Amino acid sequence: MTKQHANWSPYDNNGGTCVAIAGSDYCVIAADTRMSTGYSILSRDYSKIHKLADRAVLSSSGFQADVKALQKVLKSRHLIYQHQHNKQMSCPAMAQLLSNTLYFKRFFPYYAFNVLGGLDEEGKGCVFTYDAVGSYERVGYGAQGSGSTLIMPFLDNQLKSPSPLLLPKQDSNTPLSEAEAVDLVKTVFASATERDIYTGDKLEIMILKADGIKTELMDLRKD
Amino acid sequence: MKLDTSGFETSMPMIGFGSSSDMLDELSSVPSFDLPRTKEFDGFQKEAKDMLKHAKGTTTLAFIFKGGVMVAADSRASMGGYISSQSVKKIIEINPYMLGTMAGGAADCQFWHRNLGIKCRLHELANKRRISVSGASKLLANMLYSYRGMGLSVGTMIAGWDETGPGLYYVDNEGGRLKGDRFSVGSGSPYAYGVLDSGYKYDMSVEEASELARRSIYHATFRDGASGGVASVYHVGPEGWTKLSGDDVGELHYHYYPVAPAIAEQVMEEATAE
Repeated sequence: MTKQHANWSPYDNNGGTCVAIAGSDYCVIAADTRMSTGYSILSRDYSKIHKLADRAVLSSSGFQADVKALQKVLKSRHLIYQHQHNKQMSCPAMAQLLSNTLYFKRFFPYYAFNVLGGLDEEGKGCVFTYDAVGSYERVGYGAQGSGSTLIMPFLDNQLKSPSPLLLPKQDSNTPLSEAEAVDLVKTVFASATERDIYTGDKLEIMILKADGIKTELMDLRKD
Repeated sequence: MKLDTSGFETSMPMIGFGSSSDMLDELSSVPSFDLPRTKEFDGFQKEAKDMLKHAKGTTTLAFIFKGGVMVAADSRASMGGYISSQSVKKIIEINPYMLGTMAGGAADCQFWHRNLGIKCRLHELANKRRISVSGASKLLANMLYSYRGMGLSVGTMIAGWDETGPGLYYVDNEGGRLKGDRFSVGSGSPYAYGVLDSGYKYDMSVEEASELARRSIYHATFRDGASGGVASVYHVGPEGWTKLSGDDVGELHYHYYPVAPAIAEQVMEEATAE
């Protein structure tokens, strides 16, 4: 048996913020590119967004080593799926796979906070948010990571859509156009950068639509 | 009885390329979990729990009455003082005849109910008949008992309709399983019990019962800071479950406490030209 340290601590928090907004026929997924540990900035150009399938993009903050490991597991599972089914995984299927993958590490969790964005089988935008051990929920918009507590109330104020649990049912889709959603994402990140030391440097935005993925970059404060 | 301890093995089937060919393999059999290689398992779990802070704080209730089973819950998830979601589905639809409620760790409840749903369907295919509520709740209780002491946090009620009529069981992470006709689980349960016990009788119409359930949840969200959002009410009858209502408790407040129109002390009147 190898010697164990008295306070064995395998985790670090690298910070960062992820946001996703679902629209009627698009999905916007965004994250900053700063990676930190404590007060030190390790990188100003580290992408937190990972394309899992044509219609599913994962953005994760937390401990980037765990995030990388998680991405590799999902990538290999997706490859097996493609060989078995001869098609790409849908976003809701990927959402449940991610949930199960996280839960199978229930007693030694991935320190990763995920937002999964994409398009569902009907071509509508969809966003799934997770906790570290795999509880998940489909939402109209979501934020995770160090700046989420600053961004979420702002998004609630701007986008507050009727809860999907309400009966009689009300349409809970985000009413924004694609351009408006991208503008909103830029604004919330500029605001979060002002008050969160773990968010900044650069913003990476991915816009998913039926005809493909577009990527945009925007500079954020570097202090 | 032979204890199922395969869950303690430190192998991970998720990336095992050779062993699992089917996506459902690891869910239909007993899943095995990756464990931290440390002697201090309890200490590690405690530390990990502090870092991740699973969603907690809930009000759920269920009761049997003349017309079947009524199940209701709030929809808030909080991490400490921060509200992480106001739209959690705490009533989990296991199959068209069975519901589960969620209190405690959100991931623990979601995962094990999904697992239970698969087991119930397999039972149906193997035996050509639906599983009883008693049987389903026992599957869950045994599963949770095999992980006893490892830090799972589950407080659930399994409500449904089977060949014997309505069924209601309370199951928790300690392995406890109780049969009863009235339960409430979660941080808001004392408040919900207060209203539920004072208004409960077996002879109720579906309308009366749903109103009692909704009112109990509303009053719990009013007094318990960790409960809130939308009060959902489900009914399970001989034909399966239906969702009866989903109301924002912020709006329910004005339904239960209507604002009396204020009487103005003085009314300004248009000055008439002289």
